[in-house]
Amino acid sequence: MSTSTDHGRPDPEANPSAPSRDGRPVSDRGDTVCVIGAGASGLTAIKNLREHGFGVDCYERETGVGGAWNWRHDRSPVYASTHLISSKPFTQFPDFPMPDSWPDYPHHSQLLSYFERYADHFDLRSHIWFGTEVVRVEPAAGDRWDVTTRSTGGYGPERTSQYAAVVVANGHNWSPKLPRYEGLEQFRGEIMHASSYKDPAQLRGKRVLVVGAGNTGCDIAVEAAQQASRCWHSTRRGYWYAPKYVLGRPADQVNDSLLALRVPLRVRQWLYHWTLRLTVGDLTRFGLPGPDHRVYETHPIANSQLVYYVGHGAIGPVPDVARFHPYAVELTDGREIDPELVVFATGYLPRFEFLDASVFGDSAGVGRPTLWLNAFTPGHPTLAVAGLVQPDSGLFTLSHWQTVLFARLLRARRDRPERAAAFAQQVRDRAGERYSGQVKESSRHWFEVGHADYLRAVQRALHDLEGK
Amino acid sequence: MSASSQLRIMRGREWSRPVRPARREVLSAIPEVEEGRPPLLFVPGFGHGAWAFAEHWLGHAASRGFPAYAMSLRGHGGSEPAPEATLRAYAHDVVQVAAGLPRQAVLVGHGAGALVVAHALARYPARSAVLVAPVFGGWGVLGAALRRNPSGTLPAVFGGPLRLSRGQLFSRELPEAEARRHVARLGRAGRRAQWALLGEPEAEPAVGAPPVLVLGSPDDRVVPTSTLNRVARRYGSAPLLFPGMGHDLMLDARWAEPIDAILDWLEKEPAAH
Repeated sequence: MSTSTDHGRPDPEANPSAPSRDGRPVSDRGDTVCVIGAGASGLTAIKNLREHGFGVDCYERETGVGGAWNWRHDRSPVYASTHLISSKPFTQFPDFPMPDSWPDYPHHSQLLSYFERYADHFDLRSHIWFGTEVVRVEPAAGDRWDVTTRSTGGYGPERTSQYAAVVVANGHNWSPKLPRYEGLEQFRGEIMHASSYKDPAQLRGKRVLVVGAGNTGCDIAVEAAQQASRCWHSTRRGYWYAPKYVLGRPADQVNDSLLALRVPLRVRQWLYHWTLRLTVGDLTRFGLPGPDHRVYETHPIANSQLVYYVGHGAIGPVPDVARFHPYAVELTDGREIDPELVVFATGYLPRFEFLDASVFGDSAGVGRPTLWLNAFTPGHPTLAVAGLVQPDSGLFTLSHWQTVLFARLLRARRDRPERAAAFAQQVRDRAGERYSGQVKESSRHWFEVGHADYLRAVQRALHDLEGK
Repeated sequence: MSASSQLRIMRGREWSRPVRPARREVLSAIPEVEEGRPPLLFVPGFGHGAWAFAEHWLGHAASRGFPAYAMSLRGHGGSEPAPEATLRAYAHDVVQVAAGLPRQAVLVGHGAGALVVAHALARYPARSAVLVAPVFGGWGVLGAALRRNPSGTLPAVFGGPLRLSRGQLFSRELPEAEARRHVARLGRAGRRAQWALLGEPEAEPAVGAPPVLVLGSPDDRVVPTSTLNRVARRYGSAPLLFPGMGHDLMLDARWAEPIDAILDWLEKEPAAH
């Protein structure tokens, strides 16, 4: 258990005899663990590592906690009306519930205050170096890591510190994924990615085309329906638009009642289809394409308002974009429409710009590492990724248990090395495993997980690590 | 490690059927100068409300620099009426109040409130916990209560109120008028929660491995010393004993001794991590 390494700025000058990298001194941080990012996953990593007795240095490029959920951050994807997709019980950290007085689906500003309270409640801020970005993370001898940091924006000198372990929690919703279209450069209208959409005033009185049927795309289409003079919503395929409430309760709670009873997937799909037919009805009569997959095979879209506005004619469903002309957009069915503003709600890609792609088994360098439990890397037992999952539910519960598992793995490396070795073997054997039913292939669906399947897998891993 | 093998991740029932919220009474006494001490949350037992701690302990803890809070479980004191409350709903109330405090809290449960705290510890990583005269249920406790106070206990077996008597709660040192005043304020717990004292499964292991202090009185007419020993052993320690006091240590004549012992322990005991 480390006590000598608590607090104190990692100071390269303090320990000149330490090993050096690239001619610069490296300050040895002993048993301390480095956490990259102080968003939801980073905060729970700090809290759980501290709870298991480890010292923690967390580096955060922004000046506050909350990561993606802090609208002040330049990498934050939230817009004024962002609300949760999953209801409270699925969203909160399992050991720090959201207040009873909050609604079933809290607003993003409540989420930020939740993370700020979490940080203060567990006294996490004293372990976070704000305004510091991580430039490089390199493996060192003995499964240790050299982490090079500098002030955000590249000011000031770089410093390198050596850590016993690293938790990568840099988020996956900040690097916009922009599709390529023929003629996009010639288009004279305005183009933006959903990441720069902040406020419905940006849509007011305009003819707007929203591309993408993720939860963000649907939210923006609904706002465009209320604000814009015209709204088209382009989707590549048909989706299941689930209401946020069914049978008088938040839809995900109803779904989990079935999961708790271990109702098989096929039966759940049938029930879901049946419920949707009773509530939302057949969407193809509105001109929406029929889904080409069964429910639970793509990331669920929870939006009660989209179908409502389609039914009121305020949203015009259109197929995929074929190409752009200077003053028009041609669709795959040959139609041409003339939007002034095109919003690409086409998602984000994970990026680990500070880490050599080979460390993650991501030889193609496309931000698609090969991991076990979406968190552990073969051959690097002291490296973990937190929050690189796209659950059909809230993410924070999953990050919490990922970091608990990692903290216990680090403890096992010290107390029961044979168990840690067995765990490392598991990581090598089972890297790349998936934790969902059949899922449509897409660059955003590879880290899609079913929350129940995934958490059961984490629970098994924990028990294997610590069982008799 | 048997404790960790019970660590539960899947909580289908809690996800799909969250506890319905209820308005809660929370009383507090905050020291004038912030001294960096952890907040204390006092959880009263069945029938008692936050008032039981507001009488002496809240103010005393604050005078020694600890921000002190006392809550009433739903259906008790100034909280919302809840005749159908369950043990799970009580534990939910405790976790809600604890997570709403500015800093990681110390949970102090008295009587059956100690059992509620034990359940809450599985859902909230408390800094540490104190179980005062813990009523963890079981047939032994029922037998003792039936022997000492049959007319007050028997109705509870059939879902009626559990009425504790002056003789069970206080020592003879407490002036009779004061004892009467306290007993008159007693309410009742939900009948489902009362029944839980007989057959509820044991609380899951605490998260975050907090240090736990158990204390009570060998002359307690509700909790036999053997129970104190058993609960303390569960948390790897021995109980701290205050002879000559009744079950309600926070209201009895020598109320200052146990609270001073608790605060001394908190000042010495390093936090869980």
